[in-house]
Amino acid sequence: MFVYADNAATTAVSKNVLDAMVPIYTEVYGNPSSLYSVGQKAKEILEESRERIANILGAKPREIYFTSGGSEADNQAIVSAARFGEKKGKKHIISTKFEHHAVLHTLQALEKEGFEVTLLDVHENGVVTPEQVADAIREDTALVTIMYANNEIGTVQPIAEIGAICKEKGVLFHTDAVQAVSHIHINVVEQNIDMLSISAHKFHGPKGVGVLYARGGVALTNIINGGAQERGKRAGTENLAGIVGMTVALEDAVAHMDENNAKFEKLQDRLIEGLSKIPYSELNGDRNQRVKSNVNFCFEGIEGESLLLLLDDKGVAVSSGSACTSGSLDPSHVLLAIGRPHEVAHGSLRISLGEDATEEQVDYIIKSVTEVVEYLRSFSPFWADLKSGKRPHVFH
Amino acid sequence: MALYSEKVMDHFRNPRNVGVIEDADGIGEVGNPVCGDIMKIYLKINDEQVINDVKFETFGCGSAIASSSMATELIKGKPLSEALQLTNKAVTEALDGLPPHKLHCSVLAEEAIKSAVKDYYDKNGIEYDPADFPEDHDCEACHVH
Repeated sequence: MFVYADNAATTAVSKNVLDAMVPIYTEVYGNPSSLYSVGQKAKEILEESRERIANILGAKPREIYFTSGGSEADNQAIVSAARFGEKKGKKHIISTKFEHHAVLHTLQALEKEGFEVTLLDVHENGVVTPEQVADAIREDTALVTIMYANNEIGTVQPIAEIGAICKEKGVLFHTDAVQAVSHIHINVVEQNIDMLSISAHKFHGPKGVGVLYARGGVALTNIINGGAQERGKRAGTENLAGIVGMTVALEDAVAHMDENNAKFEKLQDRLIEGLSKIPYSELNGDRNQRVKSNVNFCFEGIEGESLLLLLDDKGVAVSSGSACTSGSLDPSHVLLAIGRPHEVAHGSLRISLGEDATEEQVDYIIKSVTEVVEYLRSFSPFWADLKSGKRPHVFH
Repeated sequence: MALYSEKVMDHFRNPRNVGVIEDADGIGEVGNPVCGDIMKIYLKINDEQVINDVKFETFGCGSAIASSSMATELIKGKPLSEALQLTNKAVTEALDGLPPHKLHCSVLAEEAIKSAVKDYYDKNGIEYDPADFPEDHDCEACHVH
């Protein structure tokens, strides 16, 4: 059996999406900036796509900027707010410890320029509270940027409430909604969002295309300079096929969101129940306040990379937050942020289901994970020490 | 190119010499759960100072398990003097290479074997040159920014 359960990393392009994209490459290939018919037809489709995406988000078409993906959108949102704030002497930014690196590393770059960044602690359940944000806002706060749903543990943040606080205090609010937009209904006006980032490949759209929503009146700073595309705020010939694919993908995702979530919820329950039976394991992130397709566990006494390589041998594609998979010496900053000790964070596993997931697949995942964890523990000296009481257990 | 060579994957999927020697003559353990890898080596040594049997237990990533497996293969049946010459480079080469950020796994394997030999010497009152045995390096350092 092959089960692709890493949909938070990326997804397959759907047939609907591909079918919509192909004629753009082969027929409407004109440059939207060109004045002849095939260019103007492209321009028409571009603006129609902008309108359709705006409709889904409750935004105005002129507030939608097409980018190369979520990372670019995050970079531009944060840099824009920083440049805008700086002019008024506001050089303080609030975020959280478990943001995506597209946010964290952009903030680090701004820190080097003299900005002050407050990274809010994340509670053990993987959620930050509106009160934390309210307490952290200062006179010189230029921006609050908090992710909608966490990419590793799937926990959903109280975005509308945080947005309301920012609105009341007159601080710009950006949210990285890359992991949320296909799982949670988003309305930027109702949820008080000034800027928002989206990436198409997380919901069966193509890679290399995304959206930055910026409310009218928010001054954007270019991070890619050149031609006058995207109202002069993002240069480069538009990736029209990608944009069309993203539009179809987002419409499909939103149209089927409720039925998908109902299905995911059952599968999520089954997965959590099944994996909880593995001794000394624990779910990461809040049991309820999470994206329905996400399950993230830590297992004591084993290391995540060997776990996922052996799962791959069984046909199960998942990911881990271990140091060896993060490419650094430290395990996932997300798991550390919610208070998991290093030795437990090394043994983590993220499962993110796709819409076509079945009960049989979920049962196969449970069976495979159980077997591999048991096998790796059978020759883990760390597990032997935990069993003999030489080292203390973290979980009970 | 895949992350690991075929040889690494083979030793990871089918590790040789896995287990415990209950009446081991020397036991070495290196690494730390905080860093994400621990290797434990058990040696059975005969009167001729030859490694009759070797087993390992490892907590760690694919390359840590493969490095342990390969290192035990390289010293099995060898005189202690030869086992002490085993370098992390030899382990890496025998595995057809490791990615740069995984080289420390082969270092751990070398250190685990040396630590087990040292344990044997200590238990049997055999004199040795401490310079042959590296100090346990400070694993705490790896997660401090």
